[in-house]
Amino acid sequence: MSILLNKDSRVLTQGLGKTGQFHLRGCRDYGTQMVAGVRPGKGGSDFEGVPVFDTVEQAVTAEGCNVAVIYVPPPGAADAIMEAADAGVGLIVCITEGIPVADMVRAKRFLEGLESVLIGPNCPGIITPGEAKVGIMPGYIHKPGRVGVISRSGTLTYEAVHQLTLRDIGQSTCIGIGGDPIIGTTHLDAMKFFNDDPDTDAVIMIGEIGGSAEETAAEWIGANMNKPVAAFIAGQTAPPGKRMGHAGAIISGGKGTAADKIAALEAAGITVAKSPADMGAALVQAAEAAGLQLAS
Amino acid sequence: MNVHEYQAKELLRRFGVAVPRGHMVTSADEARKAADDLGTPVVVVKCQIHAGGRGAGAIVANEGEAASVFEASLAREGLPKHDKPGGVKLAKSASEAADAAGTMLGGLLVTRQTGAAGKQVNRVLVEEGCDIATELYLSILLDRAVGRTVVMASTEGGMDIEKVAEETPEKIFRQSVDPAVGLGDFQARNLAFNLGVAPDKIADAVKFFKALYTAYVELDASLLEINPLILTGAGDLLALDAKVSFDDNALFRHADVRELRDENEEDPKEQRAAEFDLSYIALDGNIGCMVNGAGLAMATMDIIHHHGGEPANFCDVGGGATSEKVAEAFKIILADPSVKAVFINIFGGIMQCDVLAQGVVDAAKQVGIEVPLVVRLEGTNVEQGRAILEGSGIDIIGAADMTDGARKAVEAAGLT
Repeated sequence: MSILLNKDSRVLTQGLGKTGQFHLRGCRDYGTQMVAGVRPGKGGSDFEGVPVFDTVEQAVTAEGCNVAVIYVPPPGAADAIMEAADAGVGLIVCITEGIPVADMVRAKRFLEGLESVLIGPNCPGIITPGEAKVGIMPGYIHKPGRVGVISRSGTLTYEAVHQLTLRDIGQSTCIGIGGDPIIGTTHLDAMKFFNDDPDTDAVIMIGEIGGSAEETAAEWIGANMNKPVAAFIAGQTAPPGKRMGHAGAIISGGKGTAADKIAALEAAGITVAKSPADMGAALVQAAEAAGLQLAS
Repeated sequence: MNVHEYQAKELLRRFGVAVPRGHMVTSADEARKAADDLGTPVVVVKCQIHAGGRGAGAIVANEGEAASVFEASLAREGLPKHDKPGGVKLAKSASEAADAAGTMLGGLLVTRQTGAAGKQVNRVLVEEGCDIATELYLSILLDRAVGRTVVMASTEGGMDIEKVAEETPEKIFRQSVDPAVGLGDFQARNLAFNLGVAPDKIADAVKFFKALYTAYVELDASLLEINPLILTGAGDLLALDAKVSFDDNALFRHADVRELRDENEEDPKEQRAAEFDLSYIALDGNIGCMVNGAGLAMATMDIIHHHGGEPANFCDVGGGATSEKVAEAFKIILADPSVKAVFINIFGGIMQCDVLAQGVVDAAKQVGIEVPLVVRLEGTNVEQGRAILEGSGIDIIGAADMTDGARKAVEAAGLT
């Protein structure tokens, strides 16, 4: 088992441009059920045998989609999120980078009170190794298993997963929650999902400078989490006031520094890797302290 | 993206926000005419640079002087005051305004925020003097914790708001805005009463705050800060200063805002990087970094530091780096004379290592690299990628993993 995504998930793709097509193939080759595409004006056609619809509502009705993955370019991406939520899609994964903040403020408001879970935007997506992959991560570095991975970043997540797989530690589900100031699923939300998942034994959380999402998660973990957690915070050497690539990664007004976050994590009993090369090792250490053997 | 104060005020005026009358000028003679035109007994002459702390800053002639004044008086709190002219000057006549502008224009203004290098003053704003009864503070920005816009105001105008938040949080008033509704009248009234606006001026204040909120939303601003916001002797609100930053991701729908960009205010290397869709930030160390992905790029800086080195830059070539982008990143990184070694750290996901390796080889041949080059490759097609690097004839120090790469880069930088 896993969280949010499994082999029975039925995925529709919004935004079938070059990027969307490329990753639709990649996800399908991994074994994901890529059952529909949405491209307004192209309804009734197909992409390599995958039926294409004009609207998300039509795709959901015809194909029973319960996951949507979005590659729509920034000007229309927030609208695509709202369209999927309005059609009742349970899991919405938005890969698009560069969505205006104001658009996401409105989209987030729109999602309030609806059942849909949003992952992203500006994220690599979600993968349940061996079952399904929805997003742009390389599938082959993953290995089915019982460790949950949560991260704001893309390639740094791959690095962490790679370290785990090299140690023969498999993953239950890996979620890239995205590097924007406004995202759907937060570190805390993802942590709660993993805590409730009977098939996840331990969790590794990768954060970065900016905001206070890691601190919020740390507080909850300290009080409620019943599984070992390891963490790494990227940006320990980043100067204040400079935006480090991700729109959310900025130390402002003395807030959101790596030092603050690490202190909060450690205070909550989380094992924090000092070097990004030690993320896997930190998780093993946290697990051993809890009397848990991770490698299969 | 940031704009100058005079541009911010011009934008706000369009939305009905009360701002002082003024003219941007680029010569002493224009400053004299501007002061005559304004016709007030006092005018204010203000340097236009993209940094705060102008009033307490110093106008100096050259970089050497900028650095010494910065160290002696501005680098931190509690230092003795400097005796140079500041970046904001009151003038009681047109000729005084002309003199002040003459001193400022062409000089360097060094402030707490500019750093030791200071910034060249190419434009000044000549503005009518205003009757200041009370100085207040107001800003509009994103509250990340809830994903909504927040309007924040304080009775402590002209102060460093972060200090106010720390020392006297009860003097800061917040209104969180529902994007479906906008800033409600009641919220604007709450702010107005909290700030001490007189009862007969509340309706005007509500209009003022709502105009600011509308400007923030319609312009896709990421920060709108009025410090100080003033109450005049007559009890009216007026934006005495204005700082507006824009959401770069939304500039595509604001052609008029894009035109306000002042390239003199931007780091030329960062600008060039932006043209090639690279994310580059100059830092103080001597190990150049080239990485795919922002998180891994920060982590690479961290691991260099962890092993006793200092990164010279943050550089994210993105997920879909081509050999052209890699070559450009090389040029930008190597243009920094303090770079003593380069560490390339790539985790190829969708981006394939062989494609990237070819890009590195092409770029290295094209650019000509004279410092040690450490490369760590991992991910899709990594074996082919390593083979390309090894067969290239270029002197590349291969690294097995991040730690190995960081150690080798630190060592290589120390040797040169």
